[in-house]
Amino acid sequence: MLKTYTCIICPNGCDLIATVEKGTILVSGNLCAKGEAYVRQELTEPKRTITSLILVEGGQLPLASVRLTIPIPKERIFDVMREIKKISVKAPVSIGDVIIRNVLGLGSDVVSTKDVPLC
Amino acid sequence: MTEKKDVLIIGGGPAGLAAAVKLWEKGIHDILIVEREKTLGGILRQCIHDGFGLTRFKTTLSGPEYAQRFISRVHEEEIAYVTNTTVLDVSSNKLVTLASPSGMRFIQTRVVIFAMGCRERTRGALAIPGERPVGVFTAGVAQAYINLQNRMVGNEVVILGSGDIGMIMARRLTLEGAHVKAVYEILPTPSGLARNIHQCLDDYGIPLYLNHTVTNIHGNARLTGVTIAKVDDRLCPITGTEQDVSCDTLILSVGLIPENELTKGAEVPLDTHTHGALVDEFFQTERNGFFSAGNVLHVHDLVDFVSLEAEKMADSVSLYLSEDTLPACPISIKTGDGVGHVVPQKIGGKRDVLFSLRPQAKFGASTLQFLQGGEVIAEKMLRKALPAEMIELTVRKEQFQETGDVEVRIVC
Repeated sequence: MLKTYTCIICPNGCDLIATVEKGTILVSGNLCAKGEAYVRQELTEPKRTITSLILVEGGQLPLASVRLTIPIPKERIFDVMREIKKISVKAPVSIGDVIIRNVLGLGSDVVSTKDVPLC
Repeated sequence: MTEKKDVLIIGGGPAGLAAAVKLWEKGIHDILIVEREKTLGGILRQCIHDGFGLTRFKTTLSGPEYAQRFISRVHEEEIAYVTNTTVLDVSSNKLVTLASPSGMRFIQTRVVIFAMGCRERTRGALAIPGERPVGVFTAGVAQAYINLQNRMVGNEVVILGSGDIGMIMARRLTLEGAHVKAVYEILPTPSGLARNIHQCLDDYGIPLYLNHTVTNIHGNARLTGVTIAKVDDRLCPITGTEQDVSCDTLILSVGLIPENELTKGAEVPLDTHTHGALVDEFFQTERNGFFSAGNVLHVHDLVDFVSLEAEKMADSVSLYLSEDTLPACPISIKTGDGVGHVVPQKIGGKRDVLFSLRPQAKFGASTLQFLQGGEVIAEKMLRKALPAEMIELTVRKEQFQETGDVEVRIVC
């Protein structure tokens, strides 16, 4: 079986070809080892990192941007979005602040990516 | 009263910040960054997605985190900057007029750095016919509403143009609960990076239609729908292929325009291909002491390349300040077959030069060639070449001949 992928790990966006036969996976077209790891992940359990926003009370901005510390299974993206939307925090917020630890038990933290000082 | 400065940097986005920090590290401290928004950071403030920094910092960062790396340096070193301040005019003898809520300032500077970035092409520039309802936004404006102001722009969304910001907004809007019906692209190839088609559209089942455009906009108060048509080889809509698509929001991601009104005002010549200034290998424009880097010079795919370019420019500015001049650059760089534009447009031929260029069309396996006096002086094999992907190539000083213009082309 042949499957083609566009690597999303970096902006090179390598066109990858995976040959799957009798349980072995052969990857070609990748410029680095990360491409191969990406295809193996895609074939078994596709994962993504997401970024979003949380509400901030009393800050110089109404929102702080957030991201996940490690990728989560693709099919859980919208579940995690619902958790993020439940949250609001009080200013000040700093880059790196953990907003939700181990979101939905997936092993990934939601962390702030923006400084929002007090108003 | 006229103040004096060594360097005035117009724009506190990625290019201006990188230039300022690098200049400081080079020992040039009489700098002022001028930013028209309330805070430093430029467009990165609203680019909350990640994927920034892989080249410059060897790690993946969101836009605000990437900007903060430079902003923190500005604060640590106490590099001077003003926000909420607009540059009204830059004269050809480097007298800069600023306006802010606290009044006007006049600054005579030895060096002007243009780092104003881009603005977005709008519906008006495309001349899309139809009604003028609420609900038509450029991708960056929609991004600012959602990511900075917490205002959702709509529910049923059509996107015109497959630029990176448009695709990133398709994902963003979907995560925020909107239904993105489709992305339509007039060209036969996508305008954004391949990885964004995959992770922003394919992941969420959003279809991308190439060779299609919006030919009409409907709705009185609020947008109710758009007419879509296929286009022919000359990008003209084909009669009989029109279909109406209902939507309350149309997002335009149809290109960026380097914001060079101040550059023109200073009588600095522009390149008709890049719509940025014509520069030499030192990123000096055709006017002494006026420099340009980042998206205001030519549109980049990645902010990493903007920072790296601005840092190289800062090296040249420091050289210029010590000598009050830079080595002559008499050799012109011309675009040949298959090449849309190339930066820099002038070189001296006595130093290694990193060229940035963009293909005019899509190519498979092909060769990028630099010719001087009819001879190939440098070449690079390409696995593929797309207008959406900028190509870089360093030509070493020993490869250049002493005289003669250089032609850059892509051959299959």
